[in-house]
Amino acid sequence: MPVERQLPAEDLLLEVRDLHVHFPLDEGTVKAVAGVDFDVYRNRTLCVVGESGCGKSVSAQSILQLVDRPGRIVQGQIRFHRHDADGSVTVTDLAALRSSSRALRAIRGRHIGMVFQEPNTSLSPIHTVGNQISEVIQLHLGEDEEAARRRGIEMLERVGIARPAQNYDAYTFELSGGMRQRVMIAMALVCSPALLIADEPTTALDVTTQAQIMSLLQELQADFGMGVMLITHDLGVVAEMADDVVVMYLGQVAEYGDVDRIFHAPAHPYTKALLRSIPNLDFDQDIRLDSIRGMVPDPFHRPVGCPFGPRCDEVIEGRCEAENPPAFSLEEGGSVRCLHYEEVTLS
Amino acid sequence: MPADAFRRFSTRQGGVLWAPPCPRTMIRYILRRLLIMIPTLFGISIIAFIIIQLPPGDYLTTVIAQLSASGDLVEEDVIASLKAQYGLDRPMHVQYLKWISNILLRGDFGTSFEWDVAVGELIWSRLGLTVTLSVATLLFTWAVAFPVGIYAAVRQYSWGDYLFTGIGFVGLAIPNFLLALVLMYVAFKYFNQSVGGLFSPDFVEAPWTWARVQDMLGHLWVPMIILGTAGTAGLIRIMRANLLDELRKPYVKTARAKGLSELRLLLKYPVRVALNPFVSTIGLTLPILISGSAIVSVVLSLPTSGPLLLRALIAQDMYLAGSFILMLGIITVLGTLLSDLLLAWLDPRIRFDD
Amino acid sequence: MTARAMESDRQEAINVATQWQLMWWRFRKHRLAMTSLVIVILIYLVALLAEFLAPFTPDEFQADYTYAPPQRLHLFLETENGLRFQPWVHGYKVEIEEEALRRVFVPDEEVIHEIGFFVSGVPITLFGFLETDRHLVGPKDPEAPMFLFGADKLGRDMLTRMIYGTRISMSIGLVGVALSLILGILLGGLSGFLGGHVDNIIQRVIEFIRSVPTIPLWMGLAAALPTDWPPLRIYFGITVILSFIGWTELARVIRGRFLALRTEDFVVAAHLDGVGQMRIILHHMVPSFLSHIIAALTLAIPNMILAETSLSFLGLGLRPPIVSWGVLLQEAQNIRTVATAPWLFSTGGAVFIAILALNFVGDGLRDAADPYAR
Repeated sequence: MPVERQLPAEDLLLEVRDLHVHFPLDEGTVKAVAGVDFDVYRNRTLCVVGESGCGKSVSAQSILQLVDRPGRIVQGQIRFHRHDADGSVTVTDLAALRSSSRALRAIRGRHIGMVFQEPNTSLSPIHTVGNQISEVIQLHLGEDEEAARRRGIEMLERVGIARPAQNYDAYTFELSGGMRQRVMIAMALVCSPALLIADEPTTALDVTTQAQIMSLLQELQADFGMGVMLITHDLGVVAEMADDVVVMYLGQVAEYGDVDRIFHAPAHPYTKALLRSIPNLDFDQDIRLDSIRGMVPDPFHRPVGCPFGPRCDEVIEGRCEAENPPAFSLEEGGSVRCLHYEEVTLS
Repeated sequence: MPADAFRRFSTRQGGVLWAPPCPRTMIRYILRRLLIMIPTLFGISIIAFIIIQLPPGDYLTTVIAQLSASGDLVEEDVIASLKAQYGLDRPMHVQYLKWISNILLRGDFGTSFEWDVAVGELIWSRLGLTVTLSVATLLFTWAVAFPVGIYAAVRQYSWGDYLFTGIGFVGLAIPNFLLALVLMYVAFKYFNQSVGGLFSPDFVEAPWTWARVQDMLGHLWVPMIILGTAGTAGLIRIMRANLLDELRKPYVKTARAKGLSELRLLLKYPVRVALNPFVSTIGLTLPILISGSAIVSVVLSLPTSGPLLLRALIAQDMYLAGSFILMLGIITVLGTLLSDLLLAWLDPRIRFDD
Repeated sequence: MTARAMESDRQEAINVATQWQLMWWRFRKHRLAMTSLVIVILIYLVALLAEFLAPFTPDEFQADYTYAPPQRLHLFLETENGLRFQPWVHGYKVEIEEEALRRVFVPDEEVIHEIGFFVSGVPITLFGFLETDRHLVGPKDPEAPMFLFGADKLGRDMLTRMIYGTRISMSIGLVGVALSLILGILLGGLSGFLGGHVDNIIQRVIEFIRSVPTIPLWMGLAAALPTDWPPLRIYFGITVILSFIGWTELARVIRGRFLALRTEDFVVAAHLDGVGQMRIILHHMVPSFLSHIIAALTLAIPNMILAETSLSFLGLGLRPPIVSWGVLLQEAQNIRTVATAPWLFSTGGAVFIAILALNFVGDGLRDAADPYAR
C-alpha cells in the first residue's frame, strides 16, 4: 500500500489498488500484472518505468479496459475520481464496469485520454485527420460538424501542427511520425480530459522529435492542469517529466516514490541496477556501464520468491527464494518491495 | 449519390464515415489506369487471333470445303476474291492488322460460316446476357459474403464461424457444373420442373419488355446461386481473414479509447479498411465468374456466350469463337478497371500512390 | 521425471528440431488436415493399384445390363450353419414399367451371386510388369453381374471406371502442377531474384494471364488439339494447356518469397560473407521457402483437377477411350439420362472428396509452413 505522502487529497484522480491482469493462454496463464498499486494526481505526472514485458503497458491499458484478448482484469480496483464543474466528486471503479458498457465508454476519450506507442498504426490510414478528431468531439461534446471542425483545428494548432486548417483535411500517411503523434495527442486532449495516459508515446520517434513531444506534453499539462500517467522505459524521460515514479518488475511495483527520492536514494536493488545502467555525461569515460545480469524470467515460470531474486546482487540467502516481499513504506516517502527494508517500517 | 445520405446519417453520431475524393487526383489516376490497360487489350486480341489461327487449315479451306460439300462448284476467281478479302495470301501480321482494324473501325468481326451471318449479329445479345448474369452473381456474392465474413471474423471460432467455414469449403470443392447438374436433377426429379434457360417459352423470342425482364429475373437466380457459391465461399474467407488482421491493428484500440461503441467502431474502422482488399477481389472474381458462366450456361442451356462458344469451337467456326474470346477478355478487363477505380475512390492510399 | 523437467525436455526438443520437424508437429495438430492427408494418400493408392482394385476392366461390358442400377451389398450369407461372412448381391430381373412402358431392372430375390476376394478375372498388368488375373474383389462366377455403383449405357461397371478415372484425373493434377512448378520457379524466381525490368515484364505477363477468363481460353486452346491425336498425346496436350495458365499463382508465391528473403538478415549476412550467388539461393533461400512452395503446390492440384474435369465434361478435354472423372461426368450431361440413371453422378462424389481433401491438406500445410508464426 503506497504511503500517504503530503499530497492534496482533493487532487486525487486515480487510485489503482491490487490490480491483477491475467492472460489465459493455451500454454498457461500469464500473470502480466500481479498486484499493482499507484495513485495519479491532478497537475502531476506519474511515470511508470520498467523493462519490456514488466506489465507497465498492460497496467496502463487496463485502466480503460483496452487490454487485448484474452487478457482480463481478475482482481483489484481502479477508482477514478471525476471532478465536476460544481466541485462535486464522483468515484467510479472502472475495473468493475463491463468493457463495452456505456458508462466506461462515456469516460474513454472524455475524462481519460490515451496516447499510444505507434503513431503510424494507431491512426486509421484511410480517414482524414479531421475526421478522426471531430469524431471524438461530436461523440462526447455533442457539437455539430462545423463547431467540431473549429475546435479540431484549434486543437491541432495547440499541439503545434503547422497549417492546421490544411492538415485537418490531410490523411495520416501524408504526415511525419512526429506530426502523427501530435495528432494523437490532439485527439486525446480535445475533450479536455482530467487524465492523460501516454503509453510510451515517443518510442517510435527519433530523439529530437521525442524531446519535442515531451516538452509539448509538459506545456499542455501546465495549460490544462491534467494528471499524466506516462509509461516509458527511458530513465532520461523519467528524470525530465516525472513527479512520481513507479518502478515495475515482472508485473509488480518494485518501488514507488517521488522522482527525487528515486534518483537520489533508490531503495530497491532493481532500481539501483537500472540507474547504474544509464550513461551519464558526468561520469568518467573509463567507467563501464553496468547491465543487469541474467534475463527477465519466462512469463510462464515466475520465480517463487522475490521476482527479482534470480538477478539480484543483494540476495538474502534462504529468504528471497522463498518469500515474495510485500510493499514496505519508506521513511523518506514511497514504498519498496524488498526484504532489506522489512525492519525499516511496518506497512 | 448515396454518399450524401451516408454522410448525413453518419454525422448524427459523430464523424464522417467516408468523404469523396478530390476530383483532380482521381482523374489523374483514371488516366494512368487507362494507359496501363492498352497493352492488356492488345495481348487479348493477339490471343484471340492465335486461337482463330490454331486449327489446322485456314478459314478459307473450311469455306471451300463447305462450299464443295454443299455441291457448289468453287470458281478460281471466287477463291481469289475470298483470299483477298481476308488477306490470307499476306503474312501473319498483316492478317492480324486487317482483322483487328475491321473490328475496331467497322465493328466487323468476320463471318460465322456455320450460321452464315456476320459474327456481330450473333454475339451481342449473348454477351449482354453474360454480363447481366456475371454482374448479378457478383452482387449476390457480395451481399452474402460481406455480412457473413464480418460475422465470422467478429465471432471467430463460434458455431456460426465453423458452419460458414464448412459451407465455404463445400462450395469451393463442388465444380460449378456439377452443382448445376445436381440442382437440375433435384428440380426435375422431385419438382418435375426444368430449371434450365433464362426465359419462359413465351418470352424466348419476345422483344425486350418489362414483362420479359421480370421473367428473366425469375430465372436468373438459379444460375446466379450456382455460379456464386464458390465465389461467395472464397470471399467469405477473404473478408474474414482481412477483418481478423485489421481487428488486431492498434487503430482499433485507439478508436475504442475514444469511447466509440463496438458496432460503430467496427463499421467505421476495421470493416472499412478490410473493405478495400474485398473490393480489389472483383478484379480476380470477375474473370472467374465469366469463366464459370461459360460452363454453367452449357449445362443449364442459358442463352449466354458459353454454349455458343462451345458450339463454335467444336464446329471450328473460328471467327465466331475468336470473337467471343476477344470480347469476354475485353469485358473482363473493363470490369477489372471499374473495380480498380472503385477501389481508388474508396482508398486514398491508392490515389496518392504514384 | 518431474513436470518441470519434462517441460524443459520438450523445450529442448523444440529448440533443436529441424524446420521439417516443426512443420510436421504443427501439421499433425491440425486434425482435419491429417484426416485429409490419409484420404489423399488412399486416393493415390487407388490410382496406383487401379487394375487390381477394380473388379473389372474399364471397357469390359455386359450388354444385357445397360443402365443397371447399383446393387445392394450384403455382407453375411445365411447358410445351414448360421450366418457366415460372405458378401453377396442379388441378380437382376427385368420388369416393364406400366405407364412409361420401359424396361427397368429390379433385384431378383431368387438369385444370389457370391462375391469373393482375390478372384480371377480378366488378365491385367500391374505397374507395367506384374501380370496376373487376380482382382481384389469380384463375383466368384465371372459371368455374374456385379454393379455396386451401377452400370453405364453400355453395361460397363461404374465402380471400375471410376477407379480407373482416378488414375487419369489425379495424375493430371500432379503432372500439370509439376509443369506449372517448372514455369513458376523459372519465371517467379527470375522475377524475384533479378527484380527491375525483368520483374516488371514478368509481373505484367502474370497480371495479363490472370485477367483473362480461363475457361473460354482453355476451351479455345483445347479445341485446337487435333482430334486424331492418340490418347496419350491428348493427355499431355491438355496438361500443357492447363499448366500454361496455372503457373502464374506459383510464380507469384515464389517471387513474393524471394523478395521477402532478399533483405532478410541471414541472406544479407551470407552475401557479406562472400557466399556465391548460387549457393545463397540453394542453401539459404530455397530451404526457407520450400515449405511455402509445397503448400502452394498442394493447393494448385485441386484446381488442375477441376479444370480437367470441366474441360472433359464439355467434351473439349480428354475424350473416350480415356477414362477420367470428367469423361465419366460427361455421360451425366443430359438431364433425362441422369433422371433415369442418377448413379452416373457417383463420380461427382469422388471429385468432391478429392478436391476437399486436397484443399484441407494444402491449408494445413500452409498454416504449418510458418512454424514461428503466432
